Amino acid sequence: MIEAVGLTKRYGAKTAVYDLSFQVRPGAVTGFLGPNGSGKSTTMRMILGLDQPNAGRVTIAGHPYRSLPNAPRQVGALLDAKAVHGGRHARNHLLCLAQLSGIPARRVDEVLGVVGLQDVAKKRSKGFSLGMGQRLGIAAALLGDPQVLLFDEPVNGLDPEGILWVRNLMKRLASEGRTVFVSSHLMSEMALTADHLIVIGRGQLMADMSVKDFISANSADFARVRTPGTEPKQREKLTATLTEAGGQVLPEQDGALRVTGLPLSRISDLAHDAGVRLWELSPHQASLEEAYMRMTQGAVDFRSTTDQRAGLQQQLAAPVLAGQPPVPGQGQPDWYAPPPPQQGGGQPFAMPQPAPQAPQAPGQPNPYAPQPAATPASPATPAPAAPATPPADLTKPGSKPTTEDA
Amino acid sequence: MTTPPMPSTPQPQAPAQAPAQAGPAAAGAPPFPGQAGATYTSPIPIRSTHIGDAIASEWTKIRSVRSTVWTLGIMIFLMLGLGLLIAWGVSYDDGELVDVPALTLGFTGVLLGSLCVITLGVLTVSSEYGTGMMRTTLTACPNRGRVLAAKALVFFALVFTITTVTATVVAVLQTSMVDAVDATGSEWLRGTVGVGCYIALLGLISLAVGSLVRHSAGAITIMLGVVLLPLVAAMFLFAESMEELRRGLLEYSIPSQLSVLYGNTVTDSGPQGWTPVLFMLVLALVALGGALAVLESRDV
Repeated sequence: MIEAVGLTKRYGAKTAVYDLSFQVRPGAVTGFLGPNGSGKSTTMRMILGLDQPNAGRVTIAGHPYRSLPNAPRQVGALLDAKAVHGGRHARNHLLCLAQLSGIPARRVDEVLGVVGLQDVAKKRSKGFSLGMGQRLGIAAALLGDPQVLLFDEPVNGLDPEGILWVRNLMKRLASEGRTVFVSSHLMSEMALTADHLIVIGRGQLMADMSVKDFISANSADFARVRTPGTEPKQREKLTATLTEAGGQVLPEQDGALRVTGLPLSRISDLAHDAGVRLWELSPHQASLEEAYMRMTQGAVDFRSTTDQRAGLQQQLAAPVLAGQPPVPGQGQPDWYAPPPPQQGGGQPFAMPQPAPQAPQAPGQPNPYAPQPAATPASPATPAPAAPATPPADLTKPGSKPTTEDA
Repeated sequence: MTTPPMPSTPQPQAPAQAPAQAGPAAAGAPPFPGQAGATYTSPIPIRSTHIGDAIASEWTKIRSVRSTVWTLGIMIFLMLGLGLLIAWGVSYDDGELVDVPALTLGFTGVLLGSLCVITLGVLTVSSEYGTGMMRTTLTACPNRGRVLAAKALVFFALVFTITTVTATVVAVLQTSMVDAVDATGSEWLRGTVGVGCYIALLGLISLAVGSLVRHSAGAITIMLGVVLLPLVAAMFLFAESMEELRRGLLEYSIPSQLSVLYGNTVTDSGPQGWTPVLFMLVLALVALGGALAVLESRDV
């Protein structure tokens, strides 16, 4: 069991982790999610006693890591697949780690077999692929047969067979009653592997709940409704009808409507009564990925933008700006429409409830204020020169950045 | 949006939370902390670790990388090659050494060989930082003092043995090749064991600097400066008022101290006998103490 209480870590002026409290329980795979730079690795390092927190504490089985007797026999960790001396061959790398905690050499050969590296045991790890490095790191974590396991991005670079193997390994380790704490960016993988999720954004806790709850709390299922594209009036009519009946309607980019708050059958009935033909009426079940994107899009520090290749072209005048989306990020590949307003307020981690045209600004006014990270940013809030904007500057030196100020 | 410190607190979610918690619980997870029984315990007994384990580990590390073989191999080559070349030159010239034993001819080889030891000492620690291995090591052994002590002990033992044995071999060969005054027992001891000690302690200082700086090239540069600068600076201090400083730099520069161990003294007032080894021992202890203090408090 890993227990963090009020964990805070600052690097100079930057706060990497702020007041983070959570528990990781034995017998389950706990996923650790968050955007790049949200403090996942920093938290892992603090758990392992490598970094000293500025405030708060983190314990494993009641002890701080550095005062655990024979720590590697109780905690196994894969932090970075490339954290090995490349000139040393795989077996010697594991052997020197084994000797540190009094583990016999035959155990080294055993774990090399477990991760499937026995054939390259005498090869220098410099020549290993990322996937082989991951296997070596997992072998190191398994050396001491520990009851607590930490994995930072374990499936990076693994082949499909390896991913399946890691997935089953995690589940088996957890079913044996061990504590398994895994960070990953692969949502599909997490949905299959993890039982419980801890989500952080900008160093703060955003969610700590089971996968199922997380999905249902952060992504309302919706119906996609499409009216004949040739008749925009029908679309307006249907929107009015559905809104009147208590549903929420959001237009989608391709002309479809996203409807929540009404069952499919009711939508069909209403459309029929209003004399509107439907070209599509489909249920949309949210995935973990979508739920995650919804929750964290306000806490993303590094956001990519569409490459307009303007820097390669001759300078064009202002017209470029005419086509800018009204909302920062909208139309970008990774943009997810804000969640629709929900009735009943059954969302403990509800995203801000903005008007459709003014979703949450990408830069929070003060991400480390005592309030939770995703306090609804009112449309009037002046967005500071947020870290989310620079990519726009970089890719388009000739035009203005894609902020709402532009 | 709420940020619950405990997973079971969101009130609006409470009805949905209960069945969802049953999911992992079915797989053997206690849904709430403090529920014992399901925790895994390794069937293999856990024994406590000691410095011996760390020494075994460091020995595996230092013998399993090529930089050790290369640096020490080059050092042996330099000491043997230069020593024999110089001895051959002296005997070919039919020259005789006046008043000094043939041992002194080993100096040049050792001085150049010490650069190899500096490199190895720095690399022993800084290569772990450079590759990220240090994190793995300190995760496997959170007792940082023990890791540093084991590194220092293994490195010292290895370098001391290699240097002493090579210096002895070179001294024996040179003595047999050149006609010179017979060396006394204490001169032999200083020229072999003393030199081995001195070079190994110099290596320990490099190891400490490597641990402080955490960057191979930077630490090696610093150590080259430590070895060469005092002597170079002393050459250019002509002013009368600087005379005392000049003399101090000259006498206590590392090459001068090394030559003292071989019985050559630059001046009459400088360190004599075993003083250079003692001087180096104090320096090494101070450097290692500093490295330990920083290592204990710094984020890895």
